Parts: sequence; C-alpha cells; structure tokens
Amino acid sequence: METLEQIKARIEPSLPLTKIDLLPNECPAGERSLVVEASRALAVAGFLRDDAQLQLDYCSNVTGIDWPETVIKTKVKKKVQVEGVEQEVEEIVETLRSGHLEVVYHLYSMALKHGPVVLRLRTENRTDKTHLPSLTPVWRGAEFQEREIFDLYGVIFDGHPDLRRLLMWDEFVGFPMRRDYVAPDDFEYEPTPHDEVLAAARKHYPVAATPEVKPEVPV
Amino acid sequence: MNSFADLPKSGYEVRPKIAPDGAPLGELLEISIGPHHPSTHGVFRMDVVLDGETVVKLKPVFGYLHRNHEKIAENISYLSSMPYTDRLDYFCSMTNNWAYALTVEKLAGLAVPERAEYIRVIMAELTRLQNHTCLIGFFAQDMGALGTPLMYAFREREKILDLFESVSGARMMCNYMRFGGVRVDVSGEWLAQTKKIVSDYRKFLDEFETFLTQNEILMARTQGVGVLPRELAISASITGPMLRAAGVNYDLRKVDKYGIYRRFDFQVPVGAHGDIYDRYMVRVLEMRESVKILQSALADIPAGPVMDPKAKLRGFRPKAGEVYGRIEGPKGELGFYLISDGSPNPYRYRVRPPSLINLTILEDMCLGQKISDAVVILGSVDIVLGEVDR
Amino acid sequence: MIDEGLQSELKKQGVYVTSLQELYNWGRANSVWPLTFGLACCAIEMIAASMARYDISRFGAEVFRPSPRQADLMIVAGTVTKKMAPLVVRLFNQMPEPKYVIAMGACAISGGPFKQGYNVLKGVDRYLPVDVVIPGCPPRPEALLHALITLQEKILNQPLTGPDRPRHLNADVPGEFPVPAYGPHDLEPPNNPNLWQPPTLTR
Repeated sequence: METLEQIKARIEPSLPLTKIDLLPNECPAGERSLVVEASRALAVAGFLRDDAQLQLDYCSNVTGIDWPETVIKTKVKKKVQVEGVEQEVEEIVETLRSGHLEVVYHLYSMALKHGPVVLRLRTENRTDKTHLPSLTPVWRGAEFQEREIFDLYGVIFDGHPDLRRLLMWDEFVGFPMRRDYVAPDDFEYEPTPHDEVLAAARKHYPVAATPEVKPEVPV
Repeated sequence: MNSFADLPKSGYEVRPKIAPDGAPLGELLEISIGPHHPSTHGVFRMDVVLDGETVVKLKPVFGYLHRNHEKIAENISYLSSMPYTDRLDYFCSMTNNWAYALTVEKLAGLAVPERAEYIRVIMAELTRLQNHTCLIGFFAQDMGALGTPLMYAFREREKILDLFESVSGARMMCNYMRFGGVRVDVSGEWLAQTKKIVSDYRKFLDEFETFLTQNEILMARTQGVGVLPRELAISASITGPMLRAAGVNYDLRKVDKYGIYRRFDFQVPVGAHGDIYDRYMVRVLEMRESVKILQSALADIPAGPVMDPKAKLRGFRPKAGEVYGRIEGPKGELGFYLISDGSPNPYRYRVRPPSLINLTILEDMCLGQKISDAVVILGSVDIVLGEVDR
Repeated sequence: MIDEGLQSELKKQGVYVTSLQELYNWGRANSVWPLTFGLACCAIEMIAASMARYDISRFGAEVFRPSPRQADLMIVAGTVTKKMAPLVVRLFNQMPEPKYVIAMGACAISGGPFKQGYNVLKGVDRYLPVDVVIPGCPPRPEALLHALITLQEKILNQPLTGPDRPRHLNADVPGEFPVPAYGPHDLEPPNNPNLWQPPTLTR
C-alpha cells in the first residue's frame, strides 16, 4: 500500500481546497493517521473509497474520543548562560490544548486486502460546535457506530439517516463516555469502610447520628 | 429512510394501512419483539411492523445489556481489563483475550514465545468449534427443533469447557492470555486429552451433519431466505462467516496472518448465495478446517517458555501512542483500539464488536420475509448481547 | 400437628399421614417452573444446567416457560442494566403468585465486576424481593442446582397460617412492585424504599 505521504500528495491536487495533516504515532506499530477538515471529509472519504489504487471499501471501526481542554507539560532542553558558563537546563513548557471531540475511522480494503488507513475528524469544541459530517453515505457500516458516538459523546453527525440514542434510553440527558461525566451516585458501601473508601462513603451517606441505639424492650 | 417517531414504545399497536392515493388497504400491526423473548438470544429488541405476516419495517433496539465496559476499562490498568474482555462475548472468552493481548503487544512491542503462540491457536480454534456448534444448536431451536440439536451441541461444548477449566480454572471466563504469552503452561496430559477430543470431533460433525445438512425442514426454511448481497455486505462492514457466506473471501487468519497462522494449511470456505443455508454451511466447513488446524498445531507444538521474559505484569506503562489490533473471532473481526498517554490506564479503549455491526443489516435481510423467518435470520447472524451492547 | 414418631411408625405399616401444609409445600417445591429469562453470561450457565450433563429436570425445574404467566421462579441470570430494570420488574409483576426470585451471579447481586458502570443497577434487590442469591461470576451449574435445592427447602418450611405465612397467602402484602421510570440521569426512584435501604455507616 502507498504511504500516507503519497496518499496525501495525491488527494490534495485532486480535491482542491483540501488540506490534510499527518498525525504522528510513536508506538512500535506506528499507525499514523490523516487529519481532515470536517467540511472536506465527505469528499476525502469518497476519494479513499473509489480510488483504484486504494479501494478502501471497508470501514472497520469508528471510534469517538473526548479530548477535554488540558494543559500539556512538555520538557524542553535549553541552553542558558549561567555566570558566563553555558549550561543545559530543562524547562517545562506549558501549552493549552483546546477541547474537542474526535472521530476516528479505520479503513481497510477487502478488494486489495490492505490497510489500515486511519482517518480522523475533529469538532471545533466540546459544547456547541460538535457537528461533523456523517460518513454513512460512503460506508454503510459506519451507521450504527456513529449513532453510538452520538449517544455516548454527543457528536452530531450531519446527514446521518437516523441519529438517535443507541445504547442509553431516549430520556437520558448527557453523554456518559465523556471524561467529565459524573455518574449518578447510587453506590452501596459496606457499613465499615476504610481509608479513601471511607471518605467517598461519607460523602454519599450521612453517618448514623448515634451509633447503635438499642431498641427499648418492653418489660 | 422512514421516520421513526411513529413507532410504538412498547407492546403492540394496530394502524391503518393506506395506499399512496389515500385509499384504505387494511391494517398494519406493530409489535415489539423482546427484550424478553426466547428467540432474541438475550436482551435484544426488534420493533417490527407487519403487514399480515410480512415484515415491512424492522428497527433493532439495543442497550439492554450496556454495561459500560469501555468506560470501566479507561479507569483501570491495562491488565485489569483482561477479565472484562471475557465477558464481552461470553461464548468465546479465549479469542477475546487473544484480541486484547495482541493489541497491547502491538502497542508495547512485546514478542510472544513460540509455545505460547501454539497454545493460543489451539485455544482459539477450540473456541471456534464450540461457538459454531452452539450457534447451530440455537439456530435450529429458532426453527422449532426444540432442544435436541442444542443438547448435542452442549454435550460437545462441555468437553471443550472441561479442557478450558483444567488449564485456566474457569469454564467460561478463562482470563488466560497475558501480554507477551499465556498465564500457565499446558501439560502433556492436557495435550493428549485435547488430541483425543479433537479427533472425536470429526465423528461428531458427521453425526451432526447427518441430522441437519440434508434435512428437509432446514433446507426449506433456510434456502433463499435472508439473502445478503455481496456489495451490501462489504459496504455495511459485515465480517466473519456472514461475509464469507455472501461470497467474499476475507478471513483475517489469511489476510493479516496474525500469530502463526501462516504455518497452517487450511482453506477458507466461501458461500455462493448469501442465504441462511450458506451461513450454516460456512460454519460447518469452518469447523472442519479448525479441526485440521488443531491437529497440526497439536502435532507441532514445541517445548519452551510461555511468557516473554521482558513482559511486565505490574507497573505496565506503554509509551504514548495508539494502535488498532484485530483478529478473526468466531463471530467476525474483533478489534481493539487503544490510545495510551503513558499512564497505567488506557486513555481510550474501544472494542470493535462484530456482533453489533453484523446486526446492522438485519432490516435489509428481513424486509419482505415472514415474521417467523425473521427469527431464523436473527439466529443465523450469531449475536451475543454482551458484545453487541458492551 | 401429628406426632413425628407416630407418623413414621404408621409409615412403616403402609399408612401415610400428612398435614395439608406438608402436602401443599411438597407439591409446590417439586414443580418450580423457571422463566426462560437470560440477561447475560450467567444465562449460558443456566442453559448448561438444563442440558444433559447437569440435568435440572432431576429437581422438577426443567419446564422453562417463555411466558411469565406460567412461571413460578425468576432466575435473574446476569447484569441488570438500568435500561433493563423496569422490564425485569414488570416481568416479575406479570408472574402469578406464589413466585420466587433467584439472583444468579455477582452482577445480579450487587453489580459485580460492572459495579462502576453508569448504566448498571447495583443489585436487583433494590427493586425485587430476592429469595436466594448465588455468588460467582458466573456461578457453575452445580451452584444453580444448589440454589434450587435451597429454594425448595425454603418452600417446604413455609407455614400456611400465622403471621409468618408467605406473601401469596397474605392479602395485605402486595405481590406487585412499583416499576421504576427512566429519568434524565438515573431510574426514578433509584430503589424501592420498602425493599431496600442504603446501609448506614458505623464508623
């Protein structure tokens, strides 16, 4: 199969106004991915499916990922002049990563038996601009997986034929797979908890006002 | 696509059937099959609209067994998720373990010793045997063969579960594979016992096929019913025996050649019509191929360690990165997608459930069929709700 | 009550004397018909228990009924999710008295391994009166047989009269339980306060 650079070099001239980023991946398997702007996603997906050299006709897996707004700390080595002597000092640089939701498509080819090509789409933020184009018109297999992502992450797929909750009930409010979701507090703790469980249990249940008041026995 | 707001929430409802020009044409019956129904293989619900006995609309409803596997796995360490994978598809805990172990090995770059690879193949093929056997039993039960084929299937399943139990300690939830190998080695007696059960399995398959393959009722109920066209199967990401019955030669054991599958000589059975009968035949033939793989694996298994000495069970922190790993489970492509951020827990843990994705074309297969056939079509898909809803 | 020594003496002579209570309980205990009701993994072990090797029919309980109207025993075999819980209660309400519940497996007892889940009910005893619990994940078929025998012993010892008589003989005790509704975050109410109260902390 072609490398991602070759794919990118072929897509960008044939689909004008399209910009594709390559996301690095440091793990030994090293599956890098194509990051596509939401507005051009349908065109790119159609290209990947129909192109004769790629024929990615099989969309195996669709995943939703939540990236809340976080501060990323990276160590940077810097050369500093300390009293006239040049020294190497490690400095921690903080960068703010904006929050967004991400949808990842793993594409394979059943005709040519190669793959995967990983395609990523990103929403603008996590609150009000969570729209992405649905790729169900290109790969039918994405339909229920996109519904699941809508249900659990709250990504709204424009052009999806039947966007309803899939796993939770219809009256449910909220998106439980997001990292800041707080589950309802219905745990049941043992009567004699210890350590950190005790702190959690105290928060949930009031401690009995008087310990073990024996009922009065009528004489 | 039609609108769905008018489907009933539960129970049944009778609605007038109206021709496009407004003339009344009789009545449509809307019923909800499940989530408690003997033929739904668990807690699965279908909202069905019937015209007489013919299905005109069918909407699957999921989530009655959604037990938050992915969310829980993101809050615990990599190894702690291993027992949870057992409970995904609770017929095939061994292949689930393998898929997860394989993905983490890809993520962390671990090697698996030779003997462990053979043990994994043996376990996976035994799982395939018992899964397909039980599926055919359940599916015959859906057609009205109450009990008998299922009794035969469970008789054989118990033998395989005894093997699993003697090596892992549990009948169903084996929790046997580890990152970089398997938990405990198998003994010589175990291998001898397995050899005996595997060679007897051919006889059992012959017996099973005598009763079913040429059976008049089975043929009448399944041939030409629930046809899945090749193009739809590919576009809808169908995998496993369903896909191969539709005529696509795509078996990950041949395509990815994960583990040591390149060493075994086996064929991939492919159907021609894509109907239920083909799905049944593909499974039966796959079991015969599994017996072949098992026999050569049991003959060639080398001695040696079963764990990679570099593998760390405690304090396991893979480097940041992401990986997608997949194997050919008995139900189809079982994949795991992991994102590591360098901490002991995965940042994102996703299961690609073959049962759920194979169910998505249920409506296409059932439209225009009789309601009693819809039950058989569902039976031929091979679903386990633990994996559908996770 | 008849003297036990006299009863066994008469039995040796071929004369069987029994009380209505014993006869009634003996009949009920040996024909407990379970509901064909599988939720998750434990259901497979329940099926295995009804197959040839474990053979639950030795105890008169092989007649798995698909309809709750014909069943005496609900084996809650598997994880009860919040989406499923109202339907479980409704099915139990549809069963005729006398009826019993076996909570099979860790999930049905307390949520088990899935206790941390946002959609998992932490124990079916929050909505239903459980008679027998079987620990295990999943319990072996033998454990299910043991639970059935335990239930039979419980039935055999039930008095027909007096304040301790079972629910189906006491018109004041309701046989139906309120069905929870789906709320925006959780079931409403999150438990049945007449059946289950959260434990109070003692330290």
